[in-house]
Amino acid sequence: MIKAILIFNNHGKPRLSKFYEHYTEDTEQQIIRETFHLVSKRDENVCNFLEGGLLIGGSENKLIYRHYATLYFVFCVDSSESELGILDLIQVFVETLDKCFENVCELDLIFHMDKVHNILAEMVMGGMVLETNMSEIITQAEAQTKMEKSETFIFQCPRQDR
Amino acid sequence: MPAVSKGDGMRGLAVFISDIRNCKSKEAEIKRINKELANIRSKFKGDKALDGYSKKKYVCKLLFIFLLGHDIDFGHMEAVNLLSSNKYTEKQIGYLFISVLVNSNSELIRLINNAIKNDLSSRNPTFMCLALHCIANVGSREMAEAFAGEIPRILVAGDTMDSVKQSAALCLLRLYKTSPDLVLMGEWTSRVVHLLNDQHMGVVTAAISLITCLSQKNPDEFKTCVSLAVSRLSRIVSSASTDLQDYTYYFVPAPWLSCKLLRLLQCYPPPEDGAVKGRLVECLETILNKAQEPPKSKKVQHSNAKNAILFEAISLIIHYDSEPNLLVRACNQLGQFLQHRETNLRYLALESMCTLASSEFSHEAVKTHIETVINALKTERDVSVRQRAADLLYAMCDRSNAKQIVAEMLSYLETADYSIREEMVLKVAILAEKYAVDYSWYVDTILNLIRIAGDYVSEEVWYRVIQIVINRDDVQGYAAKTVFEALQAPACHENMVKVGGYILGEFGNLIAGDPRSSPLVQFNLLHSKFHLCSVPTRALLLSAYIKFINLFPETKSTIQEVLRSDSQIRNSDVELQQRAVEYLKLSSIASTDVLATVLEEMPPFPERESSILAKLKKKKGPGAVSVNELEEGKREGELNGGGERGGDNSGIAASNASTPSPSADLLGLRTVPPVTAAAPSAGSLLVDVFSEAGVNDDGFLRDLEPPTESSDSLLAEGSGDSDSAPPSAVSEDPAPPLPESNELLNKFVCKNNGVLFENQLLQIGIKSEYRQNLGRMYLFYGNKTSVQFVTFTTTVTCPGELQSQLNVQTKTVEPLIEGGAQVQQVINIECLTDFLDAPLLNIKFRYGGALQNLTLKLPVTINKFFQPTEMASHDFFQRWKQLSQPQQEAQKIFKANHAMDTEVLKAKLLGLGMALLENVDPNPENFVCAGVIQTKAQQVGSLLRLEPNAQAQMYRLTLRSSKDTVSQRLCELLAEQF
Repeated sequence: MIKAILIFNNHGKPRLSKFYEHYTEDTEQQIIRETFHLVSKRDENVCNFLEGGLLIGGSENKLIYRHYATLYFVFCVDSSESELGILDLIQVFVETLDKCFENVCELDLIFHMDKVHNILAEMVMGGMVLETNMSEIITQAEAQTKMEKSETFIFQCPRQDR
Repeated sequence: MPAVSKGDGMRGLAVFISDIRNCKSKEAEIKRINKELANIRSKFKGDKALDGYSKKKYVCKLLFIFLLGHDIDFGHMEAVNLLSSNKYTEKQIGYLFISVLVNSNSELIRLINNAIKNDLSSRNPTFMCLALHCIANVGSREMAEAFAGEIPRILVAGDTMDSVKQSAALCLLRLYKTSPDLVLMGEWTSRVVHLLNDQHMGVVTAAISLITCLSQKNPDEFKTCVSLAVSRLSRIVSSASTDLQDYTYYFVPAPWLSCKLLRLLQCYPPPEDGAVKGRLVECLETILNKAQEPPKSKKVQHSNAKNAILFEAISLIIHYDSEPNLLVRACNQLGQFLQHRETNLRYLALESMCTLASSEFSHEAVKTHIETVINALKTERDVSVRQRAADLLYAMCDRSNAKQIVAEMLSYLETADYSIREEMVLKVAILAEKYAVDYSWYVDTILNLIRIAGDYVSEEVWYRVIQIVINRDDVQGYAAKTVFEALQAPACHENMVKVGGYILGEFGNLIAGDPRSSPLVQFNLLHSKFHLCSVPTRALLLSAYIKFINLFPETKSTIQEVLRSDSQIRNSDVELQQRAVEYLKLSSIASTDVLATVLEEMPPFPERESSILAKLKKKKGPGAVSVNELEEGKREGELNGGGERGGDNSGIAASNASTPSPSADLLGLRTVPPVTAAAPSAGSLLVDVFSEAGVNDDGFLRDLEPPTESSDSLLAEGSGDSDSAPPSAVSEDPAPPLPESNELLNKFVCKNNGVLFENQLLQIGIKSEYRQNLGRMYLFYGNKTSVQFVTFTTTVTCPGELQSQLNVQTKTVEPLIEGGAQVQQVINIECLTDFLDAPLLNIKFRYGGALQNLTLKLPVTINKFFQPTEMASHDFFQRWKQLSQPQQEAQKIFKANHAMDTEVLKAKLLGLGMALLENVDPNPENFVCAGVIQTKAQQVGSLLRLEPNAQAQMYRLTLRSSKDTVSQRLCELLAEQF
C-alpha cells in the first residue's frame, strides 16, 4: 500500500502532499520535513530506495523517490509494493503530468494544484494503484478539462476577481 | 492538445499564489495568508450568497494555504455544499477539499454521506467515480456502514462502466481494511475472483489489489484465484511486447500487473494441480530467460520494468522454496546483479539474497558470493546499500564462514555510518555467540566490539558476555586474562571497565598466579580507571573490590584503605557511599568463612532467550528477525554441544529481566536464594544488613515489573500453556511434571543451592543441606510480578514405591504472596532406603484469576546422602576388588558435554558428596572417589572411577557399590554431569 505521496522542491517547499493514512496536520508537515531531510542529503546516482523516517513508520516503510530538475517525487510505501514497480509508477505520473501540462514545470504544480490532485486520483486511490496506463489516465484528464471548459463557458461571467 | 490549458484557471487564485511567492520573508507570507483567510471568512459569513464559482475559488485558496502548512479550521461547510452542486467543477473541488482536509471522525460525515449517496445512484460515471474516491480517501466506519452493502453490487454489475468498476474495487478494499466486519463477501466471492479474467486490464489492476488483500485474510475462500492468476500471468508473459498496446511500458507488457499477480501467488503454496503448476513454472522460466535477453531499449525504464517482474518472480520462487533448479537460477541471476552498475539493482539483489540465504537449496549458492558482498560493504557509496550488504552477510553466516564474516563486520564497524552501528554491534554479538566453536573466540570478539564501538555496545551485549563467561567454566580463565590485557590500554571504554571489573572480581584468581597479573596489579589496574567512570560503573567496581578481598586476602589492607578514603566513604552519591561503608564493615567484621559464603562465585544464569536477539527484533520491528532464527539458534545450539546448557544453548539465555543489574547482583544475593529476615541460617545476620541497606533494591524493582515481556523466556514455554490458558482450561489436578523437570533435576546433582525454576511469574530458589540420612531443604518462592498470588499451595508427593523409600515432611506455606515478595518453605527429608525417582513438587496458585498449575521434580537424589570416606590407595583397591560381582558394577562410556577441565571435574565430584581420593589411581588423569550412602535401613558403600580421554573427548565412568540398584542409579545420574 502507498502510505503517502509527496512532491517538494529542492528547498523543501511542498508542492503536493497526499496522505492515504490519517495523520494530524501537524504530523503531516513534520513528515514532509523529515522526508525532505532524508532524501535531499543523498547524492545523485545512489539508489532510489531508503527506509522511511520514524514518523511514517521507520523501517516498516520504504521511501522510493525520483529527483527531476527542481522537484523530488517521493512515494512512501509498505513492504507489499515492488520497489521498481513504484519507480515506474512515478515515471508514469511524471510523464502524464508532462503530457497534460506540456513540459510540466514546478509552476504548473503550484498554479494547478487541483489538476495535479485530479490526475493523481486517476492513478492512485486510497493508497492502491487504480490505473497504470498513461493514455487511459490522460483520456480521463482530458474529459475532465472538457467538462470544466463547457461549464466555464456557460457560467463564468466577467467580474472583478479577487 | 494538452489536457490542461494554461491561463484559463481562476485569476484570483493565481494572483494570490503569485503574491505569496513574492513574499520576501516568512512574516510577510503569514501576513498575506492571514489577510486572505480573513477575506475568505468574511465572504463565507457574508449575507450575499456566493455562487459556485466563487466558492470553488475560495476553497482552492484554502487548499493552497493548507499545503503551505497552515491550519484550516473553516470552509468545510462550504465544501460540503459544493458536493451537491450539479456542476462537475464545483462538485469536484468540493470532493477534493474533503479528501484532503476531512478526517474520518468529522461530524460532517453524515452530510457528506448524503451527497455521496446521491452521486452513487446518479448513474453518471464521473460523479460515481468522484463519490467512490471520496469514500476510499476518507474510509471512515460510518461510511462503511452506509456503503459496504452497495459497493460490491456496483463492482460486479454487468452494466457498470470499467472506470467505475476500477474505483469500486479499490473503494471496497479500503472499507474492508477499515471495517472488515462490515464487508461481507460471501455471495460476491466468485464474481470478484473472476474479475481477474476481465477484458479491461485496468479493472484487473484494481481488482487484484482487492483480491490479494481478501486472500490474505480468507485464503481458502479465494483459492480459486490461483489458477486464474496463473493463466492471466501466462498470457501476459508470453505476449509479444506490442500485444497489450497501452499496457506495454517501454517494451515490457503490463509490468505492474505482472508484479501484482506474482505477489498474489505469494499468498498461497505452490499450486497442487499439476497442469497449473507446470504452466506457472513455465512462466517463471520465461521471466528468468527474458532477463537474460539483450535489452530492447537503452532507457532505464525498460530495464526497471523488466527487473521489477524478475524480482517478484524470484520472490515467488523463494516463497515456494521447492524448485531447486529455479532457486539456483535465481541465485545466479541475483549474483550478476550484485555487480551491476545500477545501484538500485545492487540494492535489490542484496535484499532478495537475504531471503534466498535461508533456503536450504540455495544457502550454499548464496555463500559463493561472499567476497562480492564483503566488497560491497567496503566500497558502496550508499549507506542503504551497505546496510543491505550487512544484512546479507548476517543471513549467509554459518559455522563455516562465521569467523571471516565477523572479522569483516568488525573491521567495517570502525568506519560504519553512525546510523547503523548499533544494529551492526548487535548482529556481530549474535553471530559471535551463535557460531562460537570455542568460547575464547567469542570473548575476543566481544571485547573487540567494545574496543571498536564501545559507545554502541548496549547493556544487553556486555551483560551477555558476562552471562556466558559465568555459565561456561572452560572460558573463565581465558576471559580473565583477556580483559586484564584489554584494560592495559591507556584509554579504554567504560563498557570494557564494566566487563573487566565483573570478570576479574569473579575470576581474577585464575590469573593471579602470574606475577605480572598478581592480585595487587589487577586491583591497581582496575582502580586506575575508577575515577574516569560513571557512578554505576564505580558501584560495580566497588563490588569487584570486596570480591577481591575475599579472593585475595593479601589485598585486604590496600582495598580497605581505598574504601576508607574520604572520596569513597563520604562520597556525595548515596549508592557509592553506602557500598563503601558496608563493604568496609563487612571486610572488617566478618570471618573468612562468612565472607566466602557471602561473596561466593556467581551461580550460572538460568537459560533464556538472548536479550540481544530480543533487542534486535525490537529494533528491526516484528517479523524482521523471524522465529526461524530463534529455532535455528536452538538447533545450532545443539550442534554446539553445550552440555549443561542443554538444547537451548546459544540463542537462548538469561534475558534482560534476569540480567543482573551491575549494582545489584554481584554479591549473588538474588540467585543464591535470598535469605529473608526469617531465614534461620548463619549468614542471615549479614544478609539482613544488606537487604535493609537496599543493596538488592534493584533486584526487587526488577521483580516488580509486570510480566509483560512475551519474548521473555523460553523456559516459561513449558508452563506457558498454563500461563495463557483460560482459568477453566487448567485442571485442578496436579499437572504432569514439566518436560524439562528432569533436566532441572540434573542441574542439582552436584550442587545444593541455586535457582530450581523460573518463568515469567515465579522464581523458585533452593537451598539444602544433608547430614547422614536426613536432609533439610529451603524452598523460596518469589513472586516476580506486581500482582499478588492467591491460594498459593504446594504439595510434595512421592510417587509409587518412593513412598516407602523417602519420608518427606513439608510445612505449609502462606496462601498469599504479595507482588514482588518471597515466601519460604521448609521441607524435611528422611532417606529410609535407597531410591531411584525424585519426589514431585506441585505448585498451584491463582494469578490475576487464572489458575497456575505446575509440577517439578524436587532435586533429591540418592547421592545427597553420601558420607565421604577417605582411604589410602591400598584400601581402595582392596575394596574395589571386593565389589567385583558383575551386578555390583555399573559402567558407562560417554562423550564429554563440557570442556574437560580438571578443576571443574574435581569441583563436580566434590559436589557429588563423595571423597575425592588423591594419589590413588596410578594414572594421574583418572579420578577415584569413595563414599557411603546413609539410609535408615542400611549403609551402602560406593566407589567411583572416572577416566577421561582428552583425545577422544570421552569418559569412562565406573561405579561399584554393595547394592546393584545404587550403582545403576549413580551411574545414570553422573553420566549427565560431565
